Amino acid sequence: MKDDKRLIILEKAMKEHQYQRSALLEILHRAQELYGYLDKGLLTRISESLNLPPSHVYGVATFYNFFKLKKPGEHLVTACMGTACYVRGVEEIISAIEREFNLKRGGSTADERLSLFITRCIGACAMAPNIIVDEGVMGKATKEAVLERIKLLFGEIKVETC
Amino acid sequence: MKPADILKIAETEQNLQRSYKYRINVCCSSGCVPFGALKVLKAFEDAVKEFGVQKECKVARTGCIGTCSLGPAVVVEPGDYLYQSVTPEKAREITRDHVVLGLPLKNFLYSNEAFFKKQLRLVLRNAGKIDPLRIEDYIARGGYSALVKCLTKMSPQEVIDEISISGLRGRGGAGFQTGQKWNFVTRAHGSPKYVVANLDEGDPGVFANRTLAEADPHAIIEGMLIAAHAIGAEQGYIYIRAEYPLAIETLKKARDQAKSLNLLGENVLETPLKFDVELRLGAGAFVAGEETAILASVEGHRAMPRPRPPYPATSGLWGKPTLIQNVETLANVPLIVLNGGAWFSRIGTSRCTGTKCFSLTGKVKNPGLIEVPMGTTLREVVFDIGGGVPDGRTFKAVLVGGPSGGCLPEVLLDLPIDYESLTKAGAIMGSGGIVVIDDESCMVDTAKFFTDFCVDESCGKCVPCRVGLVKVEKIFEGIIRGEGRMGDLTILEKTGDYIGEASLCGLGQTAPNPVLTTLRYFKDEYVSHIVDKKCPAGKCFKNGKEASET
Repeated sequence: MKDDKRLIILEKAMKEHQYQRSALLEILHRAQELYGYLDKGLLTRISESLNLPPSHVYGVATFYNFFKLKKPGEHLVTACMGTACYVRGVEEIISAIEREFNLKRGGSTADERLSLFITRCIGACAMAPNIIVDEGVMGKATKEAVLERIKLLFGEIKVETC
Repeated sequence: MKPADILKIAETEQNLQRSYKYRINVCCSSGCVPFGALKVLKAFEDAVKEFGVQKECKVARTGCIGTCSLGPAVVVEPGDYLYQSVTPEKAREITRDHVVLGLPLKNFLYSNEAFFKKQLRLVLRNAGKIDPLRIEDYIARGGYSALVKCLTKMSPQEVIDEISISGLRGRGGAGFQTGQKWNFVTRAHGSPKYVVANLDEGDPGVFANRTLAEADPHAIIEGMLIAAHAIGAEQGYIYIRAEYPLAIETLKKARDQAKSLNLLGENVLETPLKFDVELRLGAGAFVAGEETAILASVEGHRAMPRPRPPYPATSGLWGKPTLIQNVETLANVPLIVLNGGAWFSRIGTSRCTGTKCFSLTGKVKNPGLIEVPMGTTLREVVFDIGGGVPDGRTFKAVLVGGPSGGCLPEVLLDLPIDYESLTKAGAIMGSGGIVVIDDESCMVDTAKFFTDFCVDESCGKCVPCRVGLVKVEKIFEGIIRGEGRMGDLTILEKTGDYIGEASLCGLGQTAPNPVLTTLRYFKDEYVSHIVDKKCPAGKCFKNGKEASET
């Protein structure tokens, strides 16, 4: 049922763009907003509706970094890898997260509770290094503060499920 | 809505604003919001009510004030008192002491006058002064009066001539004469014609365009409207990065407001001009900022550049004549129309007129958004405005122009900022990023970082860029592992030259810049990595060390 509703919204968005092929990026953005990521079934569906070859849709979806083709974990940590953040030591923070939670950048933990993504600059360079934990931006981030924030997140989940 | 009505709105709003004795501008841009700017805004609104001064004191939500590292930033007018790192508690104190009692709180004031002294804020004229979500604020400060002047008093050719006289050059990096470009599009055959505003600020470490959109969205829309009048375009697109949600939201609202005042749509201000603007979201591709790649992206394709000619001016979106301008270029346009091209041409240097916005970041005391006249030296930017390197460390290099810019050493700091001087030194203007690097950073590692970035972002069309950059990356990996040979440096230099010469678009042409400039100016660091197996900054060989320790 829930899925159907999302499809209806997506279908409506395509209709608003009069099924124009040039609106492909807009549609992919909308689809990712609704589903969190773009799986093959969804991409096929979009290619059928916009009357585009599936290879074209897949090509576009994989070309742009913003589109996710794998299901992300329950919680998202995004590290800004802009120049200012790099110069101010974001690499150390990223390696610390990788070590602590046993995952690699671009991937998720085995239990799919945490994903670690890299983004190329969120534009808050004066506050570098920046780490985004779920929706919250942590500016002038330190290794300790970030690890603590992530652990806190997991702590809260435990309380809920107990 | 007629042209004269715009002037009426301005008058009404000015009268309303004059009725307030104080105005508190709270910066609510992407730099300040994560640090509680919205709570501070709310605290000011509450405090003003608490002390019963709503009628004398206006609290406004504004865009970036510029001092992004000390957010949330708040300015109290009159007198432009700038408060830094404001908290909700401080907000109440400021309202009580400054607004009610008339005593500014000296302890909370921003004390670094040098930050603003050498700046000239033309493009950022309204940033931090107006509420970007209120079109009336923009109109009260002379907004849309340039459009009114164009529509009522100037022919399209007169507008183009004024832009030509001003000497304005494209702010996206290439520095092409704007007036000349407008003439090309005007003379091109084909209809409809399009205007594309480029807000795909893909350079990591740069946020000048985003800040402009968040602080003064109508300046961009007005610039597009004037361009549309001049070249005869009917449809405009603003291509913006999806990573900038607040800027997207702000621009959408601005467009809707402009529409409701009949500034967009059919018969703009009851004149024959027909022009509308749509937003198109990018999706994280650095190369999409290139002018032919942006067109492919707007059309829904992969953002891959194509050979020129034909130039977009003759064959752009869907094969029609298209004017592509960076948003900063567009924001200059209303000023030139209002004050005349001759006025603008006197600012900056003779070959590079006007100002340039830079995001000043990295190891610098006062990072933030700045705007300086062309011809200002890098030393003035880094040491006078930026306050130099913090924490007692030493300046090593300044990276100008983003990931495909150049790393310039201290001896070149007296270089004036203009397109030609920067290119000659091996850097580029780019979209305006200045990153300061201190002695903690290794230049070999830094050059590798940018090469990695360009490898990731290469669209894969041209072999020199796709294959050559990977080859360069491998050589760097070898050097950093301690397996480098002196012969590698010659290979790096040669490969870099080939990539630059044989690539189609700006990305490939400039991608070797960080490698070539670090080789030119910091060769000793490469040599000590290769010969002594030592990293002067202590950044590389860490894995090796750990391995030997265990």
